[in-house]
Amino acid sequence: MKKTPLYEKHAALGAKIIDFGGWAMPVQYTNVIEEHKATRTASALFDICHMGEIEVRGPQAADLLQFALTRDLSGQKTGQVKLSALLNDRGGIIDDLTVYKMADDFFMLVTNATTQEADFQRIQAILDQKKFNCRMEDISGKTGKLDLQGPRAEEILQILADADLKSIRFYHFVESPVAGIPAIISRSGYTGEDGFEIYAAAEKISLIWDAMIGAGRTSGMKPAGLGARDTLRLEAGMMLNGQDMTQDMSPLEVPYGWLVDWDKDFAGKTGLVSLRDRGIAKKIAGLEMTGRGIARHGYAVKSGDKEIGMVTSGTFAPTLNKAVALAFIDTEFTAPDTEVSVVIRNTESAARVVKLPFYKRPK
Amino acid sequence: MSKTSPADRLYSKDHEWIKNNGDGTAMIGITDYAQEMLTDIVFVELPAVGKKVAQGEPVAVVESVKSVSDVYAPVSGEVIAVNQALEETPELINRDAFGEGWIAKLKLENPNEMTSLLSAADYDRLIQEEKH
Repeated sequence: MKKTPLYEKHAALGAKIIDFGGWAMPVQYTNVIEEHKATRTASALFDICHMGEIEVRGPQAADLLQFALTRDLSGQKTGQVKLSALLNDRGGIIDDLTVYKMADDFFMLVTNATTQEADFQRIQAILDQKKFNCRMEDISGKTGKLDLQGPRAEEILQILADADLKSIRFYHFVESPVAGIPAIISRSGYTGEDGFEIYAAAEKISLIWDAMIGAGRTSGMKPAGLGARDTLRLEAGMMLNGQDMTQDMSPLEVPYGWLVDWDKDFAGKTGLVSLRDRGIAKKIAGLEMTGRGIARHGYAVKSGDKEIGMVTSGTFAPTLNKAVALAFIDTEFTAPDTEVSVVIRNTESAARVVKLPFYKRPK
Repeated sequence: MSKTSPADRLYSKDHEWIKNNGDGTAMIGITDYAQEMLTDIVFVELPAVGKKVAQGEPVAVVESVKSVSDVYAPVSGEVIAVNQALEETPELINRDAFGEGWIAKLKLENPNEMTSLLSAADYDRLIQEEKH
């Protein structure tokens, strides 16, 4: 298994380590609920070094991304982050990724760990075919990433950052040191809370980690693992690539229609148009268990005797204190308040379709 | 870390405990080590009263946030009571696995099966090995 530069830190903290897509990652340090609640009420620090980063530079870097990705990026300003989707020719999702505009001719893409190579190959193939004047570099190995999330994240990070964090708006970033180390500070995340994603050189990331652990000590900050990351993102109604979406699903089937700009040409558009015109049979919907039990990935969803799909992600939601799930089900059953059932160990348990997200942070 | 397991009962290799009441019935549950491994238990599926289980068969299910685990019957018997409190408060198992976190009461079918189980000292040795 691959290890992040922080592996020894996790081991020293007594974390339980799991294999996540070939990476040895901490799933929890103490327990998932504690780490989850710390994120919602104070703050938590996550090692996200496994995620991929790709640099795109050159006079036509913007043109490449405008064609390779589904979203209209023409209005993106330097210092702004945009979520977008990368499709295959059939209109299926290879990845949902974020685009950081560093300069007019310089972008950074942040990809999922499990699809980083596929993303690179797909975009490189588009670059080669269309002969855009720019070049790509996979900088994942030399880039470290930490997420500091939660209502007290700003206060904790401000101890270590030169930049005035209040001035960074949601989905915007600055290039400014953290604990004296050059970094990118982005106000964004995957938990449904306010917080930051911080990028710095891989060989320096453990210095930032240590500084953050120190800075957060009196503020209730905890290191948190992938277990809490998963329950947090699920409560916030965020998709996990490879689990809630696959290459066989299009942005129209997950709640990602808003990422598609139909007015521009983009890689995979022909496939996506034909999927759209044929009609969408199944969609991702949010479920709340009203009966007993916890829906889990792979469990069947039924309406009466009819099987209508399956659970893609399901968990006990610590903030909501109930079981929630994302399910890929027949479109006709996706309206909020539709009553369905989930098959848990051969027994049907009642569930209700609800609007996403399950959890919204108080403003 | 977990303390020594209580000597007033027997243990299975799958981390269940059974405490003989001496009247043909016994209480069962999972061990403190098991709850420590599972962490935050958020759901317990209890068996129906009257259900008959054979030794080694699943008798209940405990779920943490991230995992689903069967609880196996340490001996054969009929379920004559269940710990209803676990339906509302599954974390009782985390708090007190050997006491308030009991799962079910069995009417023993074959008390001789007890001989196949581990003493507290043997069980503690087993978990020491698992930890290393």
